[in-house]
Amino acid sequence: MSPQRDDPRTFFRNFFRNQNHMTLNDTFHETYAALSANKTRSGLTMLGIVIGISSVIALVSIGQGATSSIQSSINALGSNLLLISPGAQRTQGFGVSGGRGGAKTLTADDAQAISALDNVSAVANEVSGRYQVTAKGTNTNTTVDGVTGSYPAIRNLAIDQGDFISDSQNDSASKVAVIGPTVMTDLFGDDAQAADVVGSTIRIRGAEFKVIGVTVAKGGTGFQNQDDIIYIPQQTASRYLAGDKYLTTIDVQAASSDAMAQVQQDITALLLDRHHIADQTQADFSVLNQADILASASSITGTLTLLLGAIAGISLLVGGIGIMNMMLTTVTERTREIGLRKAIGARRSDISRQFLVEATTLTVIGGVVGIVLGVGISLAVSISGLISTSLSPSAILLAFGTSAAIGIVFGWYPARRAAGLNPIEALRYE
Amino acid sequence: MIEVQDITKTYGQGDTAFAALKGVSFRIEDGEFVAIMGPSGSGKSTLMHILGCLDTPTSGSYHLDGKDVSKLSDEELADIRKDKIGFVFQAFNLLPRTSVLRNVMLPLMYAGVGEAERDQRARAALEAAGLSETHFLHKSNELSGGQIQRVAIARALVGNPSLILADEPTGNLDTKTGELVMDTFKKLNKEFGRTIVLITHEPDIAQNARRIITIRDGEIVSDKHV
Repeated sequence: MSPQRDDPRTFFRNFFRNQNHMTLNDTFHETYAALSANKTRSGLTMLGIVIGISSVIALVSIGQGATSSIQSSINALGSNLLLISPGAQRTQGFGVSGGRGGAKTLTADDAQAISALDNVSAVANEVSGRYQVTAKGTNTNTTVDGVTGSYPAIRNLAIDQGDFISDSQNDSASKVAVIGPTVMTDLFGDDAQAADVVGSTIRIRGAEFKVIGVTVAKGGTGFQNQDDIIYIPQQTASRYLAGDKYLTTIDVQAASSDAMAQVQQDITALLLDRHHIADQTQADFSVLNQADILASASSITGTLTLLLGAIAGISLLVGGIGIMNMMLTTVTERTREIGLRKAIGARRSDISRQFLVEATTLTVIGGVVGIVLGVGISLAVSISGLISTSLSPSAILLAFGTSAAIGIVFGWYPARRAAGLNPIEALRYE
Repeated sequence: MIEVQDITKTYGQGDTAFAALKGVSFRIEDGEFVAIMGPSGSGKSTLMHILGCLDTPTSGSYHLDGKDVSKLSDEELADIRKDKIGFVFQAFNLLPRTSVLRNVMLPLMYAGVGEAERDQRARAALEAAGLSETHFLHKSNELSGGQIQRVAIARALVGNPSLILADEPTGNLDTKTGELVMDTFKKLNKEFGRTIVLITHEPDIAQNARRIITIRDGEIVSDKHV
């Protein structure tokens, strides 16, 4: 036995060297002859790789589709957004907690002070509550959100028909309303047109409001329907609905995503100072960072994608082991043939190349079929409307690379075993 | 030309060591037709493996066309087999489900000969081996035993080797077909001047050669021209 047998570098150098050797054309001719000799077995082995590759592509695209749909919903909340809500209502000593958000601590003056901070590009006040709303003969119970004029810019809200609430309408506490598409269909019927609804009148808690606009549908965040809402001026909400000066939320837009942390810290410091609270753990408000929501949602969907990918990866691995099993069986079955080939002058590298190319051909064909099938499944899921999938070229490339690599890795051992056979013993093998 | 000098082959070590060849020397000139004869267990198979460069001797030297091939590596031996030796075996001589022509072209494929030349040389070799052209595209499993051996002879010829080595080529054939195959060898030797070494245990078959080397218990007991 020569010492080069166990050196992979020599193995691969011989594999790619072509002097005085069979040509590539010959190699593929031999491969075709060998694989077509047992079509059923070759086909079934390939099926393992097909299933592995297609499930990697389909499942990863489903995972990524879910990730991007959740991310876009969260982005629809607004960009670089900080939400300030009141903390729990506290009484002295061990009193009853009114629950987080239940306290009345935030005022329009707080919002005014926040708008003067560095890197704050916009601030909107909100006073929201749920009320019974009526129109001609219909009624619904929905969120009525008293907001200021900067709200649409901060929260990525677009107007379908009409106008949004202006600052002067807010200052004068006008009884005007902008309604979401869900509220519009609830109050005016399923076939109501936004253009017709503008100008009509609705009643909130008995008071008459004129509809001045309808928003564009935003979809749900997964937690609530962002279209089931009525916007009115904040001053109007405070005066006629809430009956006090306190805000339920202050929306702050930071100048850039890099400034989010600094703005969050400054707001916390400012409000602690304004509310005369020394201990930060006793704060009567909380600041929610949109980036944090996005990060936690991304980490959940990222884990989901990883999990799906891992399950698919296992089936790919099983497919690879199937290839190795078939190649080992083939080496045993063709022992005498290998002996004959070696006797008439085939080198170790000729034999190992032949088996390696057979294994790689199986995985590459399986890989191509798997990619087609995986893309097909992914598109079918998208079209069926279950979830909108997102096919990434990198996942397809990765899956294809993996399938070729599996052919080489799992074909290497059988190929080496075939190449290492002693021709005398191989010819005598029964 | 083959020159074998004091060749030994020992299997195993220590107490279990078994000497298959115990110092064998002879010389075969180009164009000879030699039969190496002996009962099973005599060491003739071991000798054939060494002559065929499938194995190397434990000691002694073996010069093939002036080159010492007794201490080469596996890969170097493969190259010698490819360039200088044509084999005809007793059984499993051809690749199954493969055409006659492609079987004969196989050694040329490993030698890197171009496809057009391969085809031409394979056809010439098949004709020299006495197979009619109608069989060239048949699959190897559609042939009779005698035809298979003649295809194997053609394959042994095609690389233009220094030596054709036949290991019990008639062992699986009936007497009449066996004679046909032996006639082919004789013709190749006489008309084309091929060097042929025939390994057999049958005296009748050995009689076809012009020189018979008899081997027993790893030693040459006789070496005479017929």
